[in-house]
Amino acid sequence: MKFAVQVEDLKKIYHLKGETVYALRGVTFNVPEGDYVAIMGTSGSGKSTLLNLLGCLDRPSHGSILLGGSDTSKLSDDELSYLRASRVGIIFQAYNLIQQLTVLENIEVPLYYRGKVSPEDRRRCKELALMVGLQGRLDHRPMQLSGGQQQRVAVARSLINNPDYILADEPTGNLDSKTTEEILSLFERLNNEGRTIILVTHEDDVSEHARRVMRLSDGELAEDRLIVNRRSALATSAS
Amino acid sequence: MFGIRVWILGVKSLLLHPMRSLLTILGIFIGVASVIWLVAIGEGISLKAQEQIEGLGAENVLVRSVKPPAEANTSARGITPYGLTRDDLHLLEETIPTVDQAIPIREIRREFSRGPVSMFGRLVGCTPEYAEVTRLQIQSGHFLSDAELSGRDNVCVLAAEVTERLFGFANPIGKKIHVEADYYTVVGVLKPRAATAAIGGSMSGQEFNKDVYIPISTLWQRVGDQVMTRRSGSFEGEIIELNQITLRIKKKTGLLDVPAVLATADVIRASLSHHDRAKDISVVVPLELLEQSRQTRLMFMVFMGLIAAISLLVGGIGIMNIMLATVTERTREIGIRRAIGAKRRDIVRQFLVETIVLSVVGGLTGILGGLCCVPAVDLMRWGVENYDPELIAMLPDSIRDVRPQIVLISIPIAFVISVIVGIVFGIYPAHRAANLDPIEALRSAN
Repeated sequence: MKFAVQVEDLKKIYHLKGETVYALRGVTFNVPEGDYVAIMGTSGSGKSTLLNLLGCLDRPSHGSILLGGSDTSKLSDDELSYLRASRVGIIFQAYNLIQQLTVLENIEVPLYYRGKVSPEDRRRCKELALMVGLQGRLDHRPMQLSGGQQQRVAVARSLINNPDYILADEPTGNLDSKTTEEILSLFERLNNEGRTIILVTHEDDVSEHARRVMRLSDGELAEDRLIVNRRSALATSAS
Repeated sequence: MFGIRVWILGVKSLLLHPMRSLLTILGIFIGVASVIWLVAIGEGISLKAQEQIEGLGAENVLVRSVKPPAEANTSARGITPYGLTRDDLHLLEETIPTVDQAIPIREIRREFSRGPVSMFGRLVGCTPEYAEVTRLQIQSGHFLSDAELSGRDNVCVLAAEVTERLFGFANPIGKKIHVEADYYTVVGVLKPRAATAAIGGSMSGQEFNKDVYIPISTLWQRVGDQVMTRRSGSFEGEIIELNQITLRIKKKTGLLDVPAVLATADVIRASLSHHDRAKDISVVVPLELLEQSRQTRLMFMVFMGLIAAISLLVGGIGIMNIMLATVTERTREIGIRRAIGAKRRDIVRQFLVETIVLSVVGGLTGILGGLCCVPAVDLMRWGVENYDPELIAMLPDSIRDVRPQIVLISIPIAFVISVIVGIVFGIYPAHRAANLDPIEALRSAN
């Protein structure tokens, strides 16, 4: 089995004003290619820390993260930046689009940081925008879009570099239930096409769409189970 | 450099806050324009001073009669002879071997008339060499000749303004003008000539365009040494043989021999030491003045440069201030860009490009503003002349007539400095942006 990401004895320790905080106390798990994992946990459980580490935004204090077989824990800031641009697709709760750019330009941004942008890449941007359902919105600015549409732009942006996995941090936290269903069905479709998705959430409704649920508690992995009665958004939503 | 996309993005970001960007550019604009203006005006003033001094002739030494103070002038008859004499002229001519030519000059204020038209001007008695030594240029006819000098002929050469006032468009050559009791036949007309400098206390500025030149021998014969001037009901007289002797120093192989000129000037001062007690002459050495003016010019340049540097510094601080505000405001955007793959140097680049765009636009418009210096100064002068003529009359010549001289090298220098200012003052905000922790930046409210 090929793994999208392998996490080995991951620890993260913060030193705040002489106080030592153990955010992660040794977490080990693998995410096989094509998996759909929901990471759950209350606030303070180490969820955000794990997300930052998986998103290559931070380095662990101990342990390793193997991305496509190579360890990210010893990489320089520039090398981590390159991984973020080329191997990981991140989706945020607050969409985090760049306000002064159009939809299409927003999708393009990671391409510049990876290297040259070819006409082929441009075509792919448009394809992705259409694929997530942004027909007729390509030249709009984020301000002119609804929350659900903005999140679709973010999904398209996360896919532009063909990442090893998509990391989604509470992607439906700001959305109403109908739009939530739409976004989740988009994820499901992507997962059915073979994309690996790691989703961080605290809502059971959301996590039940995944194939597998991991629950963090006090910096440790408290639960890691497959979902038996998986809910399908595709069945309920027509998008 | 950096790729076109980064520049486009930079311009776009700046256009998001047009007013803010405009004000920032204004800082650099003022800096660059003031560099060019200050240098141009300084250059204009010093060039004018140099021109005026050179007008006296760098290879010449001028000895002028100076009217002694009034209390020294109260002899029984009320009139005391003073100033240079014909003996002085012969003394200088005969005894100093490095003197090439000694040109005596006698000037009297007179009214010139032709028919009903009349004007006041200077009647100048001189020799034929005068034209060459003071660089007079003939418009038509000829300057005074040796034959006219020795023949004491009643001939004259008119300066430009005299010609225009008395003759209009008519050809004056061969016609006569009337000065007091005498008639003089016009033999030549001069081109207009710029006034010379008023130099310290030793020499007042001279206006040449109202002159009428006649052979000095004729003047001595017709007018004599004693001149009576009517002044507020009483007559005032003075006895003076020569107003000025212009001495031309011999040149070595056609080049200006600076030490020889300075040495000869000392000999001349020594030769005329018998005037020391009366203090009725002054020796003017244009070359010395030229040296002084060069030093003044250099000081002026340094001073102007300093002021300009300060204004550019202020402009730079303006850029830094705005960019720091921008970085704070765009923390969120920086976080997003970092999270989706921007390296630190990508962020540095992005912000640096913005400061460079600001400073380059400021620099370019500043250069345009700087080039407007000459017409703007003309406009200002025109305005003041029309609305407050008294003010302009009060100003000294050198300021009233100044023409800014744009120094070409100041343009690229100002531009390069503005770009450097943009980079230097942009680096700190850009680094601050790049060193933000992406996780923290993403949490920011903006």
